[in-house]
Amino acid sequence: MTTGIDRRGLLRGSAAASALALAAPALLRSAAAQGAPIRIGFPVPLTGAFGAEANDQVRAAQLAIKEFNEAGGFQGRNAELIVRDDKLNPGEAAGRTLELIEKDKVNFLVGGLSAAVTLSINNVARERGVIYNSISQSDAINEAKDFGRTTFHEALNPHMTAGAVGRYVFPKSGKRVAFLSADYAYGHEMMRGFKRAGEASGIEVVADIRHPIGASDYSAFLPRIAALKPDVLCLCNFGRDQVVSIQQATEFGLKRTTKLVAPILLFTARKAGGDAFDGVIGGTSYYWRLEDSVPSAKAFNDRFRAAYGGAVPSDYGALGYAGVRSVLEGVKAAGSVETDKVVAAMETLKADFYKGPQSFRKCDHQLVQSVLIVESKSKGLKTPDDVFTILGTEGPDERFLRSCDELGHKA
Amino acid sequence: MSAPLTRIAAAEDGVPAARPGSGRTGRWLRRAGRHRVALTLAFLLILPWIAPYQALAVTILVLGLYALGFNLLFGYTGLLSFGHAAFLGGGAYGCGIAIVRYGLHPVLALVAGTLLATLIAAAMGVLAIRTRGIYFAMTTLALSMCVYYGFYQAESFTGGENGLRGINVPSLTLPGLRLSLLDPIVKYYAVLAVVGLAVWLFSRLLSSPFGAALEAIRENESRAQACGYDVRRMKLVAFVLSGALCGLAGALQAIHLSIVPIETMHYSTSGQAVMMALLGGMGTFFGPFVGAATFALLQDGLATLTSHWQLFVGAIFIAFVLFLPLGIWGEVLARLRRAGW
Amino acid sequence: MSGITIGGFPLDLIGLQLVTGIALGAIYVLVGIGLSLIFGLMNVVNFAHGAFFMVGAYVGVFLYGYTGSFWVSLVAAPLAMGLLGLAVERVLVRPLYGRGIDDPLLLTFGLSYVMVESVRIAFGLTGLPFGAPPELRGAVDIGIGYFPLYRLFLIAFSLAVVGALWLFIERTPFGLVIRAGARDPQIVQVLGIEIAKVWLAVFALGCALAGLAGILAAPLQGVTPEMGIPVLAEAFVVTVVGGMGSLAGAVLAGLIVGIVVAMTSLVAPDMTKMAIFALMALVLLVRPRGLLGRAGALG
Repeated sequence: MTTGIDRRGLLRGSAAASALALAAPALLRSAAAQGAPIRIGFPVPLTGAFGAEANDQVRAAQLAIKEFNEAGGFQGRNAELIVRDDKLNPGEAAGRTLELIEKDKVNFLVGGLSAAVTLSINNVARERGVIYNSISQSDAINEAKDFGRTTFHEALNPHMTAGAVGRYVFPKSGKRVAFLSADYAYGHEMMRGFKRAGEASGIEVVADIRHPIGASDYSAFLPRIAALKPDVLCLCNFGRDQVVSIQQATEFGLKRTTKLVAPILLFTARKAGGDAFDGVIGGTSYYWRLEDSVPSAKAFNDRFRAAYGGAVPSDYGALGYAGVRSVLEGVKAAGSVETDKVVAAMETLKADFYKGPQSFRKCDHQLVQSVLIVESKSKGLKTPDDVFTILGTEGPDERFLRSCDELGHKA
Repeated sequence: MSAPLTRIAAAEDGVPAARPGSGRTGRWLRRAGRHRVALTLAFLLILPWIAPYQALAVTILVLGLYALGFNLLFGYTGLLSFGHAAFLGGGAYGCGIAIVRYGLHPVLALVAGTLLATLIAAAMGVLAIRTRGIYFAMTTLALSMCVYYGFYQAESFTGGENGLRGINVPSLTLPGLRLSLLDPIVKYYAVLAVVGLAVWLFSRLLSSPFGAALEAIRENESRAQACGYDVRRMKLVAFVLSGALCGLAGALQAIHLSIVPIETMHYSTSGQAVMMALLGGMGTFFGPFVGAATFALLQDGLATLTSHWQLFVGAIFIAFVLFLPLGIWGEVLARLRRAGW
Repeated sequence: MSGITIGGFPLDLIGLQLVTGIALGAIYVLVGIGLSLIFGLMNVVNFAHGAFFMVGAYVGVFLYGYTGSFWVSLVAAPLAMGLLGLAVERVLVRPLYGRGIDDPLLLTFGLSYVMVESVRIAFGLTGLPFGAPPELRGAVDIGIGYFPLYRLFLIAFSLAVVGALWLFIERTPFGLVIRAGARDPQIVQVLGIEIAKVWLAVFALGCALAGLAGILAAPLQGVTPEMGIPVLAEAFVVTVVGGMGSLAGAVLAGLIVGIVVAMTSLVAPDMTKMAIFALMALVLLVRPRGLLGRAGALG
């Protein structure tokens, strides 16, 4: 425990703590009177396809907790992170969220990765009036139907990300655009973001092909796209689907005629995909090389490196940090841990934690923030983590969000 | 291909006489068998006080009912299905959609969910019952995956990949009674009331001539046929009843979690039913609840201790198959029986 | 030729799609045969088949990092999985003979968890990148358009493996024993052949084929601990559609499934996954034992 924080040690610790809580509720109640910790429940998919991202999220979130505690906490109360494995399964996530709220009596929830899981956590949390700051991409969570007054969304949403990438790529790379999208809400949301952005530059959609999520082979979709020779191919999929579809599009020689574009280029996916990603353009909420131009990014990276043996935080990892910090800064600003007061404080929070200015929009609690446009590379790397070139930054600007009206929020 | 598809169940607590070997069952076990519903309910009454947390106790109840329904087909009729996720999911979606889209009373929504699951089971059953053995398992798997993709595509009703959200039932209003389901212990006993009713009905079913006929089919299908049973029809009825029980479990799960994930219908969820039945002891009355509790506690406890929980879960399954093939409850019964209880 | 269209699609494209389907089918055939052999002979539904596929791919990719030769990997991966299969049969599966079908099923299911998690511990959560070897990279013109060279190699290589396997089973004394064992294990026993040794060999052979399919599939998608999960489902479909225990059935069904996937991708891309299961349901309802299934036959 000298360098950094061992997550498993923490899991074990919190298990022991919860055993204690079960055995001696009276003891716990008396402890609460003298400044019991502020508990933040953190359900993330430690196991499953996004385990690498989730582990990074935990490490970054622990950093935020450590900073908070080292700065004296809040009125003598330290913060504590209670990590749970949601196994990337919405049902498991709902059960774990119930556990965190009912048994661990958490004050706040941060976490989730995958739209289905984050919506599931959100539904359980909003029904019980617990603040939940989501760190997973989703458009649905902004909409009035899923939104609750305690719902916050720290991550980007597909509309912002795909929109920013489209606005950058279409004017430069051409107007004949093909889409290969995962056939689920998230894929459709990304595609909608691209198409809206494309309207301004007058793109022509030459193919709109939807593949089942989690397809292990994309070769069957590719001859048709290759035959059309589009200027741009937008791959509206995520994670493993993205790695395999980019690898196979490269194999089918699409890069000869077509610019490959992904709404979200994951740091870990790029590392798992290798040089097949070369030249692929996409968006991201954070990339560590932002430190070259943004001081808060430099400071965050340095603290992360110091805590974790020189490693740099990934995009989703950084969201774990920011998600926890937003809530804790909200507590400080509110001067309270009461839900209503913290909600009000978070709504007006103007901060620069790690990537430049950010603030929550009032109607849907979506974080207004910048989107980075990056291009993947595999040659001339300064370090093995130097896998992207930052081509540009868009925002932060409310213009790039869907309007409150469109989302169904009453003015 | 002549190997028997199911092994002979060695433990048959509470099943009325006329079973081979039941003569050896001692006085205490026979007495326990007569009170099997009461004993099961006694265990379930204290479960929330011994489970690590109450939401997990509700999960065990729901999974237990799911395994119980599955066991009607697998343990008592001898048919191995890999399609029961379609019934659990059908019940969950039916109940959830009734609440979210039509604002039905939760009790009516439970009925709606169970009905939808029963319909799905009837449709799948009519088709699948034509096949036998491993092909029956595979047919049910294929048909259930077709149902899965159907629900997946019907996004406007089911929420598709994002799942169905908003099944929020903060309180339950019954004549003269208002229960806050946000209180986990109240929710547990409300769910238990429904599960208890199902357990009682299930017990009645097993004691009926129909229950005896099912076991005759399991022990020797051609002999049952020769005895004048309409075997195919009985199998179909068992399949549908089993689906209805699993559907009720799904409907309860929808209210418990306030969401329905599409994974509920995936074949891996069917695999869970097989696991729980085998862990607990197939063909035993109480086994499904033991299996469900073991399954849920293992998954939950190990996942809290280590991110490599799958390693241990896998190893434990292997150990069970090798050393405890009767399942936990089956083994307990076998030992008690040997001890002359 | 390029002017002709069927259903709005140019004939060239349909042709390319067909070749794509056959290449896909080649992988299905290899995993399907292994699963089918093991079931047909031993009545064991091997739920760890996808895990053998995955570990085979990892072994191959790992060795490639040391030797730099894809051909070494192509030999080593099936060999390693064959050896692992031997150990698994001897230690874990053998005690279960005579217990019915559900015990080996549950055991191999548990085994798949152990194998997947062990790979996660050894190689990490995010897979390893892997592409086709330099000599098989690029695309070649096959008359109707460009097609990746590696996928053509895949078709040819699988064809050779299936051919060799067929010769082995039909033309060698050991193959005769296997065929006899599938029909009636007791007769084989009576003839003085230890059926347990036959089962051991067949289980290892099936696992080796899964490992071979794994390393062959690795250049198409890289390797991840989860890569075996969809493959298991597809292999089941192939086995069932072809008829469990039928070698020819697995080959036929593998190709059919590959082509159905490719053609559905053209006409209704979002339905491709459902199409596989719909095909399986349809076949089972029309021919409950699969296309070429017979009781206890390796025909």
